Amino acid sequence: MMKRAKALFLGLLSPSSLLLAGSVSAESATRQLNMPRGVTEVSQAAYDIHMIMIWICTVIGVLVFGFMFYVMYAHRKSRGVTAANFHENLVVEVLWTVIPALILIVMAVPATTALLKVYDTENPDIDIKVTGYQWKWQYEYIGEGVKFMSELRTSQDEIYGRAPKGEHYLREVTQPLVIPTNKKVRFLITGNDVIHSWWVPDFGVKRDAVPGLFTAAWAKTDQPGTYVGECTELCGLGHAFMPVVVEVKEEAEYEAWLAGKKEEAALYASTIGKQWTFDELMVKGEEVYGRSCAGCHQANGEGIEGVFPALKDSPIALGLAEGHIGILIDGVAGSAMQSFAEQLSEVEIAAVVHYERNAWGNDVGDIVQPIDVLNFKQSQ
Amino acid sequence: MAHGPSQNFFSRWLFSTNHKDIGTLYLWFSFAMFLLGGFFAMVIRAELFQPGMQLIKPEFFVQMTTMHGLVMVFGAIMPAFVGLANWMIPMMIGAPDMALPRMNNLSFWILPFAFAMLTSTLFMEGGGPNFGWTFYAPLSTTYAPDTVNYFIFGVHMMGASSIMGSINIIATVMNMRAPGMTYMKMPLFVWTWVITAFLLVAVMPVLAGAVTMMLMDINFGTSFFDAAGGGDPVLFQHVFWFFGHPEVYIIILPAFGVVSQIIPTFSRKPLFGYSSMVYATASIAFLSFIVWAHHMFTVGMPIAGELYFMYATMLIAVPTGVKVFNWITTMYKGALTFETPMLFSIAFVILFTFGGFTGVMLSIAAADTQYHDTYFVVAHFHYVMVAGAVFSGTAAVYYWLPKWCGRMYDETMGKVQFWIAFIAFNITFMPQHFLGLAGMPRRYSDYGLQFADWNMVSSIGAFLYGGAQLLFLYNVIRTIGWGKPIDDPQVWEGAEGLEWTVPTPAPFHTFSTPPVVK
Repeated sequence: MMKRAKALFLGLLSPSSLLLAGSVSAESATRQLNMPRGVTEVSQAAYDIHMIMIWICTVIGVLVFGFMFYVMYAHRKSRGVTAANFHENLVVEVLWTVIPALILIVMAVPATTALLKVYDTENPDIDIKVTGYQWKWQYEYIGEGVKFMSELRTSQDEIYGRAPKGEHYLREVTQPLVIPTNKKVRFLITGNDVIHSWWVPDFGVKRDAVPGLFTAAWAKTDQPGTYVGECTELCGLGHAFMPVVVEVKEEAEYEAWLAGKKEEAALYASTIGKQWTFDELMVKGEEVYGRSCAGCHQANGEGIEGVFPALKDSPIALGLAEGHIGILIDGVAGSAMQSFAEQLSEVEIAAVVHYERNAWGNDVGDIVQPIDVLNFKQSQ
Repeated sequence: MAHGPSQNFFSRWLFSTNHKDIGTLYLWFSFAMFLLGGFFAMVIRAELFQPGMQLIKPEFFVQMTTMHGLVMVFGAIMPAFVGLANWMIPMMIGAPDMALPRMNNLSFWILPFAFAMLTSTLFMEGGGPNFGWTFYAPLSTTYAPDTVNYFIFGVHMMGASSIMGSINIIATVMNMRAPGMTYMKMPLFVWTWVITAFLLVAVMPVLAGAVTMMLMDINFGTSFFDAAGGGDPVLFQHVFWFFGHPEVYIIILPAFGVVSQIIPTFSRKPLFGYSSMVYATASIAFLSFIVWAHHMFTVGMPIAGELYFMYATMLIAVPTGVKVFNWITTMYKGALTFETPMLFSIAFVILFTFGGFTGVMLSIAAADTQYHDTYFVVAHFHYVMVAGAVFSGTAAVYYWLPKWCGRMYDETMGKVQFWIAFIAFNITFMPQHFLGLAGMPRRYSDYGLQFADWNMVSSIGAFLYGGAQLLFLYNVIRTIGWGKPIDDPQVWEGAEGLEWTVPTPAPFHTFSTPPVVK
């Protein structure tokens, strides 16, 4: 801690720190003071107008405060001055109304140009649907049949200080979004439960994910790399724990990745019919539970009294498997329990239901197979 | 001659219809809420001192951010200025009391119950409100804890209190000015409050409408804000900010008024550009109604709407600039002294202007895409709310306290408090600009390692700033109990206005016979 405080102090002394801060390199991230310039036309337009505003404000500030400090020095009573008695002057009053208005009109020109860029979402090469869930993102490559969830990978142990924090603490996800270089990618953003907001600073993209509404944003860059963003609209207790990670790959690499994802999806479809063993399901179920359920129902299955019901000893977990599957597929209307039909696969739903029925002293003992989940879905 | 206050403690304070006693009640209540909201802020800053969750859980963290905002806005700042209005407006316009004294009593005594109800939710099953002070649906409806109903009822009560207080101020100023006290002779504090009162009467019912629609959605199956039932979550934001944007001017306009009283006094020179100050205040109030969606630049509005709200928002800089230039020109060629109220007022002008600069930056929609909902916004509104409203409120207390209680505060202690507050404030909030620009969103219970340094600096500043408030409390109590007695009606050498013509300390009843203003 002392070392960091010392480094910070030295950094502050360096007058160039503010000017260097626009760089996007990882090393400067801890010392970053300014907005990143980013790697897209939109983020660079935002950065440029931001810098224009900073300089205009700095000049006005120096003039106004400079005059004010001069007055505070020169017109102190202790210097033996006597107060004048004037209290109006039409000319200066008109001037200091008109001049700021003119400055604003001048500012409005680049501000408008920059905003037009933000809204230029027509004619994309690739469309990706981004859906905000409490508390993860789902990415769907429209027309490609590829869809997956992107969730925080940082462990609860790191968050609660039971394990040292890794280098990418809260900036790492299970599966990042992957996009190619030099293609115009349009993001169609929506929310599943509450409002979220999808932000990638280096793209200059921030759009709210509102349930029942699609908002659009776009990015096109020639710089491969990993870009990290955040959820920026308060969405409940997991708000700080649903980062956005985007990997920009060269086009050929992207195509290979996409083909791999399609193959994975096909392979996965063929495993639904497989019979799983009790223990296989317990292992898979514990993993899914930790990712998707423990945030509310807690790792020990006891929930939070008055907010999130306990699953341990709950009549649903101990009752018929069909009812339990139904809760996951349909959700519970009017509560925070959402439908997981779109978020989890049949295998994952089967595994987590099986786990909940056989963990923490719950001992139903039956086996829930993925095919049961598929049958339930098809019978609806 | 009128009689004095009741000798019975309970009947004096519970049943009071005296504007001075009710003003005192408002001020103590708001200070208590200021300490409570400040305590919540300390919990937030303690948790954010280092990355990782150390002290509290994320679900309690969001309750703290929500309660901090609600208590500070509705419990600390607004009642503080109503308290100042109660004390000062009748004395400034030469009226014997407020126009509607019994309603005055009621509008105060609603507040402790409203806040008792709101804060009691923290101890209930499900916890307190956890959806931010802006309570966006559906987080505050479908996904809210059951205690949200207490929150809704609490907001209704605060709204009723504010509307009653505002009607009282409007009625007082319109009907009870002393002979010769024309509108354009009223002190600027009175002017800013009348305009604020009109804003309150116009927008508090909108807030009441918003929470009532929430109540219906939660309990009676309507779908105002639920897309699944044909409603629209974005509608909530439009309704909320139609209230919420004027609300920020409700908070800052009386602060403008206070500073416009103090700067001329310690410059020993009349306020420069009085009439342009009045017109600028009215322009700001008007503009505040037509810029609300600049809080929603990332919600996906059509570009035409976005451009309109950007241009309209930029316009606010013009009347605000006029005010700043007027304050500085008031000081120009004056004979300045720097007593504690003046120090706080000068800090107000500097830091509020700084907050104004970041405000103009935020109005640029393309750049706001990056700023929106980050710590840059948090820093911006704390520069205008804390350095604006709280600093001016502190200045007002130091300025008028000798008149209220007939005793002088300790000037050295006041100045020490000022410098601690001023430095600590900047240590707290200046780094938050950097955090926001570097990418830290607001209302985050935990953050990546790249934000660790500035969060630690900010937390240290916040603890210091909190400590400065305890010094303030001590100084005020010491003054009331043991301060050096004074009896000069004028109190300050350069002070002008009717309130400085009544004896010091101000007697229980003033201006039973109206003065004549020439």
